[in-house]
Amino acid sequence: MQLLIEQSLNALQLGFTLFLLATGMTLIFGIMGLINLAHGSLYMVGAFIGTTAASQSGSILLGILAGVAGTAVAGVVVELLVFRRLYHRDHLYQVLATFGIILFVNELSTIIWGRAPLLVEIPDWLNGSVQLMPGLSYPVYRLAVVGVGALVAIGLHLLVERTRLGMLVRAGATDRDMVAALGVNIARLYTAVFALGAAFAGLAGILAAPIQSTQIGMGEQVLILTFVVVVVGGVGSVKGAFAGSMLIALVDTLGRAYVPGLFKLLFSSSVADALGTSVASVAIYLVMAVVLIVHPQGLFPESR
Amino acid sequence: MTVGSKLAAGLLVLAVTTGPTLSAEPVKIGFITTLSTTAGYLGEDVRDGFLLAVKEGGGKLGGVPVEVLVEDDNLKPANARQIAEKMMQREGVKLFTGLIFSNTVLAAVPAVLEKKGLFVGLNGAPSQYAGAGCHKYYFQTAWQNDSLHEATGQLATNLGYRRAVLLAANYPAGKDAISGFKRYFKGDVVEEIYTRLDQTDFSAEMARIRSLKPDVVFQGHSGGQGIAFLKQYAQAGLKDEIPMVLSEPSLEQRTAAAAGSAAVGLVGSSHWNTDFDNPVNTAFVKNFTDSYGRSPSVYASQGYDAALLIGSALKASGGSLDPDSFRKGLLATDAKLTRGPFRFGPNQHPVESWYQVKAEAGADGQVALKTVGPIFEQRGDSHSDACKL
Repeated sequence: MQLLIEQSLNALQLGFTLFLLATGMTLIFGIMGLINLAHGSLYMVGAFIGTTAASQSGSILLGILAGVAGTAVAGVVVELLVFRRLYHRDHLYQVLATFGIILFVNELSTIIWGRAPLLVEIPDWLNGSVQLMPGLSYPVYRLAVVGVGALVAIGLHLLVERTRLGMLVRAGATDRDMVAALGVNIARLYTAVFALGAAFAGLAGILAAPIQSTQIGMGEQVLILTFVVVVVGGVGSVKGAFAGSMLIALVDTLGRAYVPGLFKLLFSSSVADALGTSVASVAIYLVMAVVLIVHPQGLFPESR
Repeated sequence: MTVGSKLAAGLLVLAVTTGPTLSAEPVKIGFITTLSTTAGYLGEDVRDGFLLAVKEGGGKLGGVPVEVLVEDDNLKPANARQIAEKMMQREGVKLFTGLIFSNTVLAAVPAVLEKKGLFVGLNGAPSQYAGAGCHKYYFQTAWQNDSLHEATGQLATNLGYRRAVLLAANYPAGKDAISGFKRYFKGDVVEEIYTRLDQTDFSAEMARIRSLKPDVVFQGHSGGQGIAFLKQYAQAGLKDEIPMVLSEPSLEQRTAAAAGSAAVGLVGSSHWNTDFDNPVNTAFVKNFTDSYGRSPSVYASQGYDAALLIGSALKASGGSLDPDSFRKGLLATDAKLTRGPFRFGPNQHPVESWYQVKAEAGADGQVALKTVGPIFEQRGDSHSDACKL
C-alpha cells in the first residue's frame, strides 16, 4: 500500500514536470501552427541560467526567478529572429530550422558553460524527506515540485479561462485567421504566447536541475516524452496537456514499478524479466497508440 | 562518390603509404570521439588528455611528429564508420583511436581492420573483440568492458554484502554491466532492474529498491543518467539506509563532482585516480589542470595514456605505420603510464590493477575520489583465454 502511494506521488511529480513542458509546446503548436523541436533547448537554457544564478546568489528562489525570466527573454529573441519567419512555411521548414536551433544552442551553451555536468545542490530547507505516514517518507524537494506545478496549473487555468489574453489564446488555437481578421495584433499575441511557453519550459528545467543532470543535451532527452504528451492530450489545449501529462506519467511510473512483477506471475523468471522490462519501456507508446485509434485528435482537442 | 574519386582517393592512400617522404610527413592519427550529446564531456576529456601528451612532446609522440585529426561522431555508430572511411580515403589515415562508446567501436573498427588499418582503443572495449574475435591489429589501452564491473562485483563480495539489487539501462552495455558484476559477486541477486536508456527519473526504481530491502545496490548508469540516479538515491533517503557500489563510469571524477553531497561516502572500483602516487601521474594531473583550467577525469587519463602507448610504439617502429612493426613496438611497450604498472595481455587488452575508491568532500567543498586499496592486482580479463593470436 505504501508502495502504491509512493509511486502515485512519483507519477504526480513527473506529471507536473511534463505539464510545464507540454503546455508551452502545445500552445505554440496550437496557436502558431509551429512544430518547435527547440522546446527542449529552452528547458536546458532555463536549467543553466537558473543554476548559475542560484550558485552565484546562493538563493534557489533567485535562481528560479532568473531562470524563468532569462528563458522568457531567450524565447522572445528566438521568436523575433527566427520563428516569425516560419509561421507560414511548411512544417518541414520548421522542423529543419528548429533542429538547427538545437545545434546552435548546444554549441553556444558549451562555449558559455562547458560540457561537464554542473553541480546543483538542494538548499537545506528543501533537502531530506518527510514522514507522510508510517513506513512512507518522501523527498521534500519532490513535494515542492508538485506544489509549484499545481500552482502553475491553477494560475494557467485562470489565465486562459478568465483573462483577455486567455480569450485570445483560446480563440487563436481555434481559428487564428479569424482572430487576425478581427483586428487583433496577432504578432504581439504570438510573441506573448512564445514568451509564456518558454518561461514554463525554463521553469521545468530549473526544477529538474537538482533531481537530474544539468548538462548539454538534457533538452533532447525530454523532447520525445513531451511530444507524446502533446499528441495524447490534443494539440493546442492546455486542459489536454494537463490530462496527457498525468496519464503518461501515471502509465510510465506505475508501468516501471509493477509490470515486471506482473509478468513474473505469468511467465518463468528469465522470460518475465526480458518481457516485463520491454513492455514497461514501451507502455507510454502503447497508450499513445490506443488514444490515437480511439480519439485521433487527442483526449481534449480544441474544436475547429 | 564516383568511381573516379574513389580511384583518386585510393591512389592518394597509395602515395602516402608508399611514398619515400613518409618519415618526414607527420603520422596522421584519426581521433574519432563523442563531443556532443550529454556524453560530450567524455570525448572532450579523452581528446584533451591525448592532445596534452602531444603538446608535451612538442607535436611529437615518441619523438615522431604526429597530426591528430579530431572528429565528433555524435554518438552515432553510422557516423563513426563514415568518418573512419572518409579519413582513410581522403587523408590516408591508418591509425585510429578516440572512440568512447562500444557501439561506435563495433561500427567503425571493421571498416578500419578491413583496410589493414590499426585500431588502438582507449575506452569502449566490447567483448566481441576480446575473446575469439580478437584481432592482430586491434588493441585496447583502458580496459575490457566486463572487467570494470567484475572489479565492482569483487568489491561487493570483499565488503561482505549478501543480497544485491542490480540496475542498469536496458541496452547491451547495461546488460554487460550486470553480467560482469554477477560473475564476481558471491552473494544472492534479489532483483535485476533494467531502465529505459532515455530515462532520467528513477523514482519508481527507488521505491522498488526500498521495498526489496537489499544489503547493497549496484547500478551501472553512467554520465547524466548516473548523476541523476545518485542525486535521486540520496534525496529518497536511501543513501543512508542501503549502501551502493559503483563501477568506474558511474563514479568518476566528473560524476562525483556533479552529484556533490549525494555522492559523498559512495564506494566504487577504479583503474585510475587523481591521487595515484607516481611521478607520471603527479605531473599529468598538474599539467592538465594548468593547461585546461579543470582537473582531469579518468577519461582524460585514458586519452593521455593511449597517447603515451602510441608514442612508445611509434618510437620502436621508427615512425612507421607498417602494421606488424607498430604492433611489435606496442606490445613490447615500456611506457610509464598515469595508472602505474601496465602490460598487454594475450588478447592485446590491458593487464592492470583495480582499486577501491571512495567519494569524499574535499577541503574546498568539491567532492573528490580517494583511493582506498587494491581489489585486483595485475589482472587481465575474462575473455582473453578464448583469444588465439
